[in-house]
Amino acid sequence: MKSRLEVTGIYLIIGLMTVVICYPLAWAVGLSFNAGTSLYSSSMIPKEPTLEHYRWLFTSPESNYLTWYRNTLYVSTVSSVLSILFTSMTAYALSRFQFVGRKSGMYAFLLLQMFPVMMAMVAIYIFLNLIGLLNTLIGLIMIYVGGQIPFNAWLVKGYLDTISRELDDAAKIDGAGPIRLFIRILLPLITPILAIVALTNFMLPIFDFILPSIILHDKSKYTLAVGLYHFVTEKYSSNFTVFTAGAILIAVPIAGIYLFLQKYFISGLAAGGTKG
Amino acid sequence: MKHRPWIAVGLSLLFAGLGQLYNRSYIKGIILVMLELAFIITFADFIGLGLWGIATLGTIPKLDHSIFLLVYGLLSLIMLAIAGMIYVLNVRDAKKEAEQLASGWERPKLRERMKQAYMTSMPYVLSVPGFILLLFVVVFPLLFAVSLAFTNYDLYHSPPRQLVDWVGFDNFVSLVTVPIWNQSFMKVLSWTLVWTVVSTTLQIGLGLVLAVLVNDKRVRFKRIIRTILILPWAIPNFVTIMIFSALFNDQFGAINRTLRDWFQMAPIPWLTDPLFTKLALIGIQVWLGFPFLFALFTGVLQSISHDAYEAADVDGGTRWQKFRYITLPHVLFATGPLLIIQYTANFNNFNIIYLFNGGGPAVRGQTAGGTDILISWVYQLTFTTNNYNMAAAISLIIGVIVIAFAFFQFRRTKSFKEERDH
Repeated sequence: MKSRLEVTGIYLIIGLMTVVICYPLAWAVGLSFNAGTSLYSSSMIPKEPTLEHYRWLFTSPESNYLTWYRNTLYVSTVSSVLSILFTSMTAYALSRFQFVGRKSGMYAFLLLQMFPVMMAMVAIYIFLNLIGLLNTLIGLIMIYVGGQIPFNAWLVKGYLDTISRELDDAAKIDGAGPIRLFIRILLPLITPILAIVALTNFMLPIFDFILPSIILHDKSKYTLAVGLYHFVTEKYSSNFTVFTAGAILIAVPIAGIYLFLQKYFISGLAAGGTKG
Repeated sequence: MKHRPWIAVGLSLLFAGLGQLYNRSYIKGIILVMLELAFIITFADFIGLGLWGIATLGTIPKLDHSIFLLVYGLLSLIMLAIAGMIYVLNVRDAKKEAEQLASGWERPKLRERMKQAYMTSMPYVLSVPGFILLLFVVVFPLLFAVSLAFTNYDLYHSPPRQLVDWVGFDNFVSLVTVPIWNQSFMKVLSWTLVWTVVSTTLQIGLGLVLAVLVNDKRVRFKRIIRTILILPWAIPNFVTIMIFSALFNDQFGAINRTLRDWFQMAPIPWLTDPLFTKLALIGIQVWLGFPFLFALFTGVLQSISHDAYEAADVDGGTRWQKFRYITLPHVLFATGPLLIIQYTANFNNFNIIYLFNGGGPAVRGQTAGGTDILISWVYQLTFTTNNYNMAAAISLIIGVIVIAFAFFQFRRTKSFKEERDH
């Protein structure tokens, strides 16, 4: 009897949480099917459901939605590929070689990864302006890739450290040089952690709002986060229903990827946290 | 003639590469000489200008642009530091080789030497690209931010029309003594701390409670339940924050409308009264933050072996005791560093503060909004009121706090310990 009561209690709590989680989401989904643009007249269950906002995003000549989507995917893909390249090279050097500056380099990384990028935004702005990369996607990618190195180099280095050096020695006896050893033997072994690096760096540009809003000024250069933000905040186009439609089209694929990969993500993070 | 190491050291101190030439490493020597020549020819003017610039920040208004001079100066210092490092390596190399030669060491064949050079240069080749990128997009901006904190760069000292000057610690002094600054500063700092501690602790607590409850073996449909509970984590943050911002809208928001329609309540000033905005912010952050911890704790809970619990059962331990002495220590030990990261992340959680209500509502006679935390205040000072100097000073304070926090965290992680054991 006591047990039944307890289980019911647990289900009640879970049920309550489900309502709290789903209510805002359902409300946003409902809103995106409402006619008109105002928040006031809209309701969670639209009286006359319409797809006009979705259609507007894709077909209206005023809409830059597809451009933003393309920009975001471009930034995400390039910065995630470059991040893997830079991070794995640096981590390999730190993990497998003894060289002058190795130790101070590691301390520097440790220190640097604690600073939020925000702290240096004025300088980033001026620096990109100086080298002519302000208001470009390349500039944005550069900041993302550079900024992630300290943290991820530690993460990957920690993972590499757990791989036995006997493997290295065996490969060296077989005549493999350092580059071949890395590409053929170590790289396949560290794919799990590299997948995490790739995923986080793919997601960052999609989620990030602040950096692109400082760096990008043209509507045609925006990433999704900045573009959608302007839908809501620009005075003459307070357009919440369109915003929700656009947001749902981002949130659905991302949520899909996350739910699909969460298991690997968590175990990798837990490993990085305790081992790293 | 006997080979003397001190001659090699002296020569390579005089000019990079000379020591190597003396050691009869001609290729290496020539490369080093050319490197130094190239460095001097290419950068001498720039570095001269930069060093003068960073010392004076310009002397003639409208002609000298103080901020660009500061940037040139910092870049010059960075280049000098790199050159200095290479120089040290060059002297060390000359010394080592000369000592080996003096002790009668036979120089290996060229082929052998090339192979050796390839192996020793490998780690540098691997880490140089990342290092350079890091230098320009992380180190340089940080140095710049730190420098600004000691200048008077604001709206009234904005180049090229006016010059900017070094002012020492004046900005920090005014932050604690000038009324318009110290009131805002104390208010923002205390809210930042309250915000960090309350919202993070609540999200960790909720994540832990739910993980333990769902992990109960009597609960069914675990997969579906877990997927639902993780949902907020899977949706881009900025999307949900802006949805919440509309939900909490004072006049049209669904929350106030529901309260009115169902309970005949007067609208709650979610976005216009700082207290209610703070409550809403904490609630939203818990909503956003708990799923990650829930997932993390769930993973850890599944890794605790049953033996410990069975032993506790034999000893007649209560459920609370089992939780307190088995589950909790295990979970906290396994996730400790990640939990600390949660606190630092919320300490600098710009997105939620800015996107929900822009740090507002505005407060009369203050430079910060009612819910601004340090980092969003910095943003506002930088991009709205152009108080670059104060923004930089506050950034520096943020930096010190974060470092103190994070040092504490990383002192305990394994690869750091390994480094010390070596």
